Amino acid sequence: MPDELRPIRMEVGVHRNADGSAYVEWGENKVLAVAYGPRELHPKHKQHPLKALVQCIYNMAAFSVGDRKRPGPDRRSQEISKVCSEALTHVVFVEEFPKATIDVYVEVLQAGAGTRCVGLTAASLALADAGIPMKGLVTACAAGKVGDRVVLDLSKEEDNHGDADLPVGIVVNTGEVVLMQMDGHLTKGEFDEAMGLIDGATRKIYEMQVAALKCKYQEVGE
Amino acid sequence: MREEVIAAIERDHIYRSASQGRRLDGRALDEHRRVEIEVNPIKTAEGSARVRMGNADVIVGVKMALGAPFPDRPNDGVMTTVAELRPVAYQYFETGPPRPESIEIARVIDRGVRESKMIDMAKLCVEEGVKVWVAFIDIHAINHDGNLIGAGGLAALAALMNTTVPAKQFGIGEDFPLPIEHYPIPVTSVKFGSHIAVDPTAIEETVAECRLTTTFDEEGALRAMQKGGDGAFTRAEIDRIVSTNSEVSNTIRKYIGAGT
Repeated sequence: MPDELRPIRMEVGVHRNADGSAYVEWGENKVLAVAYGPRELHPKHKQHPLKALVQCIYNMAAFSVGDRKRPGPDRRSQEISKVCSEALTHVVFVEEFPKATIDVYVEVLQAGAGTRCVGLTAASLALADAGIPMKGLVTACAAGKVGDRVVLDLSKEEDNHGDADLPVGIVVNTGEVVLMQMDGHLTKGEFDEAMGLIDGATRKIYEMQVAALKCKYQEVGE
Repeated sequence: MREEVIAAIERDHIYRSASQGRRLDGRALDEHRRVEIEVNPIKTAEGSARVRMGNADVIVGVKMALGAPFPDRPNDGVMTTVAELRPVAYQYFETGPPRPESIEIARVIDRGVRESKMIDMAKLCVEEGVKVWVAFIDIHAINHDGNLIGAGGLAALAALMNTTVPAKQFGIGEDFPLPIEHYPIPVTSVKFGSHIAVDPTAIEETVAECRLTTTFDEEGALRAMQKGGDGAFTRAEIDRIVSTNSEVSNTIRKYIGAGT
């Protein structure tokens, strides 16, 4: 179905050392996000006197793709880190932690199309798990075009042969769009259609995020 | 880029003016700055263009070289886009390796050119799987006054449209113009509260909550988009920007006579 999501499984609190963490399997994707902070920001000249810096660092494991990826940041991952950091900054109450940093490390262990959406969805769960005060969770999903058809949540095969890709991050409880990128070819009508699909999908994914968070704390409570 | 400090009073003034439909430089919110395009100012490049938008000033040079194709595209030429934001253009730009800001600008412009299939890459194949033409698109900011994606993207378009592939110099036939098929134009708007302004200046960019770039081809289809900044857009604001930016892209297209 064009409006069907791939199977998604989320787990919160999966990492020992981190202040908060989440693991998300979404289609063929396997992504771990861990959050540290708020903690002191180094180097000090990067500290902001009135608010915390939110840094999301997206990284793909060397073995996460078909041909081995050379480890370390490349231009693509730096761009993704930037737009994801900006998306998360919007939901965190950064004024609560002047001079501090709140870091989320997104590790793509297995990539299967749509990793930035999986990573951003996992990152906001990790922040919530770390107890960072936030105005809402960020939920991300992509739509695209295969042939002449607008479809939701492209698989790897569809993505490789797709004619457009539109990843969007939404704060579901306010409806705000905090991440938006697009490449390919979309008419304005197709863009509206794609945004409609993403709107419906992010509501469903948001419910899964809430359930994953509740699940952990129910266990702790018992 | 070092963080620029703006006086709260100046920020408030920009927001208050926007709420009255005005801007510091006297423009309307949906009004683009005057665009000047100079073609091939740089003789050492195979194609170049200098674009001025108000006080924003950018040169793009295109250099052509021979190289190996990507294994999964043995018949296609290759392109790469880099943006240099050096202190010459702005006191807050720093020397050193590219920062996320410059990577983002280059990649958004690159996406517009690549995804619109602006260059007919198949015509840049010299020997299948072995040798193809590589187009290096270098965006060099001369004076920064906001909207580097817009000025750089337009300069890249003009430079590529005026690029000659130097085949003779490499002993493989006659020189030929770079084969151009489409004409992508990136337009950026920023948000001040509930107000949207197109083609921001540097100070407007610094105080804006967020920005949205949309790249349109000559048929009005979207080819690339990028949201930047810590703020958020409502769905209605995005629709407004797509529609305003689309109109503005048609105005800019007239300057360049591209695909009209």
